[in-house]
This record gives sequence, C-alpha cells and structure tokens, in this order.
Amino acid sequence: MKSEQQYIELFQQCRQLLSSQSDVVLDALRDEAFRIFKRIGLPDKKAERYKYTDVQEAFSPNYGLNLNRLQFRINPYDVFKCNVPNMSTLLYFIVNDAFHSKEYPNAKPSGGIIISSLNEAAHLYPDLVSKYYGQIVRKAETPSINSEGGQIIDGEFVPLRKNNEPDAITALNTMLVQDGLFIYVPKNTVSDKAIQVVNVLTSTVDLLVNRRVLVVLEEGAKAKLLFCDESMSDVNMLATQVMEVYAGPSSELELYELEETNMKNKRFSNLYVQQHDKSKVTLNSISLHNGLTRNMTYVSLEGEESVINLYGGVIADKEQHVDNHTLVDHKVPKCVSNELFKYVLDDNSVGAFAGRILVRNDAQKTESQETNANLCVTKTAHMFTQPMLEIYADDVKCNHGATVGQLNEAALFYMRQRGISLDEAKLLLKFAFVGEVIDKVDLEPLRDRLHYLVEKRFRGELNKCSGCRLC
Amino acid sequence: MLEIKNLHASINGKEILKGINLTINDGEIHALMGQNGAGKSTLSNVLVGHPAYEVTQGSITFNGKDLLALKPEERSHEGIFMSFQAPVEIPGVSMVNFMRAAVNAKRKYLGKEPLTAGEFLKIMREKRKIVELDSKLSNRSVNEGFSGGEKKRNEIFQMAMLEPTFAILDETDSGLDVDALRIVADGFNKLKTEKTSALVITHYQRLLDYIKPDFVHVLLDGNIVKTGGPELALEIEDRGFDWIKAERAVKNEE
Ligand SMILES: Nc1ncnc2c1ncn2[C@@H]1O[C@H](COP(=O)(O)OP(=O)(O)OP(=O)(O)O)[C@@H](O)[C@H]1O
Ligand SMILES: [Mg+2]
Repeated sequence: MKSEQQYIELFQQCRQLLSSQSDVVLDALRDEAFRIFKRIGLPDKKAERYKYTDVQEAFSPNYGLNLNRLQFRINPYDVFKCNVPNMSTLLYFIVNDAFHSKEYPNAKPSGGIIISSLNEAAHLYPDLVSKYYGQIVRKAETPSINSEGGQIIDGEFVPLRKNNEPDAITALNTMLVQDGLFIYVPKNTVSDKAIQVVNVLTSTVDLLVNRRVLVVLEEGAKAKLLFCDESMSDVNMLATQVMEVYAGPSSELELYELEETNMKNKRFSNLYVQQHDKSKVTLNSISLHNGLTRNMTYVSLEGEESVINLYGGVIADKEQHVDNHTLVDHKVPKCVSNELFKYVLDDNSVGAFAGRILVRNDAQKTESQETNANLCVTKTAHMFTQPMLEIYADDVKCNHGATVGQLNEAALFYMRQRGISLDEAKLLLKFAFVGEVIDKVDLEPLRDRLHYLVEKRFRGELNKCSGCRLC
Repeated sequence: MLEIKNLHASINGKEILKGINLTINDGEIHALMGQNGAGKSTLSNVLVGHPAYEVTQGSITFNGKDLLALKPEERSHEGIFMSFQAPVEIPGVSMVNFMRAAVNAKRKYLGKEPLTAGEFLKIMREKRKIVELDSKLSNRSVNEGFSGGEKKRNEIFQMAMLEPTFAILDETDSGLDVDALRIVADGFNKLKTEKTSALVITHYQRLLDYIKPDFVHVLLDGNIVKTGGPELALEIEDRGFDWIKAERAVKNEE
C-alpha cells in the first residue's frame, strides 16, 4: 500500500469532524484539496521536485492526529523564558498547530495589526481571510494559459509542465488543516516591533501536525517576523506547514525562520510568497538542528521592481537531512532576486539544494543572482546541489553558481601554527562559512543571538532543544 | 634552545632535506640563505610541524623536548612562531577572533586564565603600534584582501601578540617597501630579548642591515654547506652562490 492511502481513508472518515471543528473559510477548500491529493498521491523518488527527500517513507508510519482539538496542558509563557537582551518582540506561541491565545503582557500589536489564530480570524473576518486563504497557493499552482498547455482531468486543469503541478503536501495540509496563524498588517502600517512566533511541537504520542500560516501585508505595510520551530517532546513528530505570504505594493517584509527541533522531527514546509509592485521581501531560514527537513519556497514576482532576498543556512550532522527547494518566478520586468544558501555538513548528514530561477518572456531587465556553497566536513556527508537558471527573456543579468568543498587545509595549518587546536580551527572555519548567511540578518539582536547559537551548535552544546532561546 | 640533528625530510615521497645539523642557542639570530628551491621553507615547515612533510630521519629538540612528538599547536604554545612566506587568507574569521583564540589557547596551555575582552583589546591596541598596523586591518578578516606588504606586517603583529621565544621569519622582507621594511624590522628588534632566538630566511642583505645575524648559513640542495658570520651575507649579495657551489664541488671530489 502506498503511503497516501491512509490519509485518503482518514480524510473520508473524519470529514464531518473536521467541519465541525473549523470555520467555513478553512472548510471550503478541503474537498478540492482532497480531489487533488487523491489524484496525485504522495510523490515518490521519481518526482523531480522531491527526488532528494523520501516523502513516501516519511509519511508511511501511522501518526495520530489531534482531531478533537485536545488542549496541551502547557502554558508556553511559563515554560519559555526570555533570554535575549535588547530584543523586544511581540511574542506569540503556536503549540503544534494551535495558536496560544492567552494574552501576554508584551504582545499588543498596534495600529490595526491582527495577529491571531487562523481559525478564529476566519470566523471574525471572513471576507478578509477568504480573500487570501488558499489563493496564493492557487495562483502559484495555476499555469499561465498563454505559455503552458494542459488538459482537463477530473474537472481540473492539469498542466503539461510538471512545475505547476499542485503540491501533494500542500494539498494534504489544506485537507486536514484545523488552525494556525493569521497576521495582517493594514495599509501603510508599520509594525514597530518584530513579531516572534514560537512553534512548539509537543506530544506524548507520535503525532502529525498540520499548521497553516497566512501573512498579509497591504500596500506600504512593513513587518519583521521571526518563526522558531522548537520540539519539546521526544516522540516522532511529522509537521507539515503551509505558509502563504501576500506582499502588497511597496510593502516590506523580513521573514526569519529558525529550526531547532530534534532528531525525531520531520518537517515539510511549503512557503508561497506573492509579491506586488515595488515590494521588498527578505527570507532567511536557518536550520540549526533537526531530524528530516524539506523546505519548499516558491516566490512569485507579480509586480514590477520587486526585490526578493532569499537566504538559507544549514548546519547538519549525525544522520540529519535538510533539503531546500526554491523557485523564484520572475513574471514581470525589473525585479531583483538574490539567493544565497550555505550548508555545513558533518558526520553522515545529507544536504540538498535545488534552486530554480525562472525568468519568463516578459521579465526584461531582471537581475538575478544565485549562490549555493557547501562544506562537507567528512567524507560520509553528502550534498546534492542543483542550481537551475531558466531564462526566456533576452535583456537580463543573471548569475548562478554552486560549490562543494572541504575545510581549507592551509587555513587550518596557519591557525594551528598560532596555537589554535585543530578542533577549534575547524570550528572557526565552519563558523565563518555560515556566518555569511547570518550576517544578512538585519535585526541586530537576532543576528548576535544566531552567531551565539551557531557557535554553541558547532561545539555540540545544542543537541537537544531546551526551549526558546530567542524571545 | 634548538638542536637539529641529521634531519631528513620529504614531501610527496621526494626527499628535500638531506641531513641538516643546526644548533641555535638562547639569544642568537641565525640567517638562512640559499637559492630558490633549496629547502629553506621546507626546514621552517618541518620545524612548525606542517603535516604535509614527513621526517624520515634525525631529531629536533627544543628546550630539551622532542619537538617532533608535538602537534603544531603545542609547538606554538612552547614558543615557536613562524612568519609565513605566504600568509593564508581566512575569509569570515576576524583578526580579533583569530588572535583571541590563539592567545587564549596559549594561556590555557600555560595554565593561565583567559583574557577578558577588555584586556585583550587593550593588548591588541598596544601591539598594533609596534608594527604600525592600521586598525582597519585588524578589524577585517584574517589577511583577506591585504596587500603583500600588509600581510607581512600582520605576521609580525601576530608575533608581537604571541611573544614567542623562537621566531622563524620566512622571507618576511619580501613584498615590503623601504619604509615598511624598516618599521617591521624595528618592530622585530623591539620584541627581541636576550633570551629569544630567531631563524631569519632572506635573499637580501637589506633585512640583515636591520636584523643583525650572529651566524649566516647557506642551504644548498637540502644541506647546510657553509656557515659564517654576518660578512658571509655581504659576500653572497656581492657574488651570488656559484662560488659556494664550486667550493662544494671541489670538496666533494677530495
Ligand atoms: N608539495 C610538493 N611536492 C613536491 N615537491 C615540493 C612540494 N613542495 C615543495 N616542493 C619542492 O621542495 C623544494 C624545496 O622547496 P622550498 O619551498 O623549501 O624552497 P625554498 O628554499 O624555500 O625556496 P624559495 O627561496 O623559492 O622560497 C623545491 O624544489 C620544491 O619544488
Ligand atoms: Mg621559501
């Protein structure tokens, strides 16, 4: 039996229960998602987009689901202590997929900004949420009719080109979603404080979590978001996350993601970003500690003169696996994309990077740069890298490159001559290598904190997660 | 201080040093000269424990210890410093972090407490003055984008930070302009004490005008073939190495 079968059956059995527990806005997209999921199933290793991560295997165990919305009896504000000086954030918690709604004294957004449970927001602001919920994904998965052919199967348009095929994990998430987070920043509103959301993964039994995040920045809005994934329990967790981001005209968003989970955690995160005229988005994801991670980022540049900075840093060792799959879709002229991903792989870890830049016919004067640099510290660590530049416009400036290397022997010896031990010298080089990605972080207290955490990580002092370290 | 006996060393299976004997006592400065490829840098690298070189015969003792049994970092802690002929660029590692790691590693080896950030920066400022190293350079990554001369100056700055008892200068003068040569050599002389010794590798007399050697050795094809006083360097400046080769050929025939 293929892995998807149990999810198909589960959905059929629980359809009513899901409806009773969630708002109609979330419920409205389930059946369509289910049809897609049933048609395409979970990808196997032959699927180009998933060739570096075994989805079938990850989804084959029988995980439990918290369908009845049982509350986990923790108050995250008690469990997590704030220990970053100078970082005053609006701090929120999501426990598995449930927004922790208990008011926190510091967490009071200003100027009409909404930060709340997605399910609750759907109930309170149905027009607002339904305008965006699922729509960013839908647009991303809809091929432009004039450039790509396809056919209708089961009442759905199926494109010829595989890249616009709906994503099975996104479909699964949409089918089963019960809650998550909604962030809304109104027109010309600036969130003066950074918004930090800690995703706490906790359970006493093996668990599948489907978390959904919707971020909307209206025209001229500005915000800085920080998401931290933390695992709190030593059970097998499979977490899917779909995040949709709408960046309106002239909006500015910095979105940082920090994963600090344990070896038993499996993370499948799909991030869809839609950018309009003159918007500027910076994404920076740091995989500090994990089990198996597959991050997909799809950025659609819909408005001219938009800028996307897409950065990632990965530190993996033991049997860890981190796969970043990115697609930046230049649909219109005069946009800029900068992409930098750096991996440090130790022991038997596996890293993968597939970064596709698509510059369509109309996207003249595109400037695009993509770099993937990797350090394999041991001979048993493996890196797969696949930068892909696909250009259909003629007046563009595009560059891409990938390297896989070892630690620089000459530099190691130079440091040893100065009295630095071999281990310490290696650490300094690894630290310097990922440092480039961390230096791209604009939030200074976060940057300092990340440098500190990365150093601890390389020293092996961060094997287990012991709570939020960033708030 | 340093005693090298019948030292043979090879790289990639090729023998470069073929029986070196050399003794350096406390407070002495020895100059080492010889044509390109003679093995001068090889000898330096063997002294500091470069892993690419294999010692096939002979011994080196340093202050009574078997130097060959020590790791490169331990040799450094014991007081050996090498100014590299080609200093390495280390992008992303700041001079400050690099030097702090080095200084504190040595302090740990000697059973001392690490320096606080404040103490360290103060020392760094003082030592920078010795070689007039621009503060801009010490704020950058190690040697990254430094000019050839700046790299050499930075080597002597590091020497000032680590206060070695035995320093090897491998062509520290090459790449320095006339003024920089004087500054760097003066800096070296300020650091020199009655107890500390040095092996100075150079091709030119001009460095030895500032750093006065007690002995001058000529390395030829992996062997020290001639040793003299400071006047030997002047003679080499004047006449090159051919006459030494000729002398040696005659000797070999005898
Ligand atoms: N990795 C290597 N493999 C083979 N031969 C090497 C290697 N490294 C150095 N050699 C050889 O060893 C010999 C000695 O080199 P070394 O660098 O010690 O010379 P040197 O006296 O310092 O010369 P220079 O005055 O040019 O600095 C040279 O012939 C050089 O080509
Ligand atoms: Mg040399």
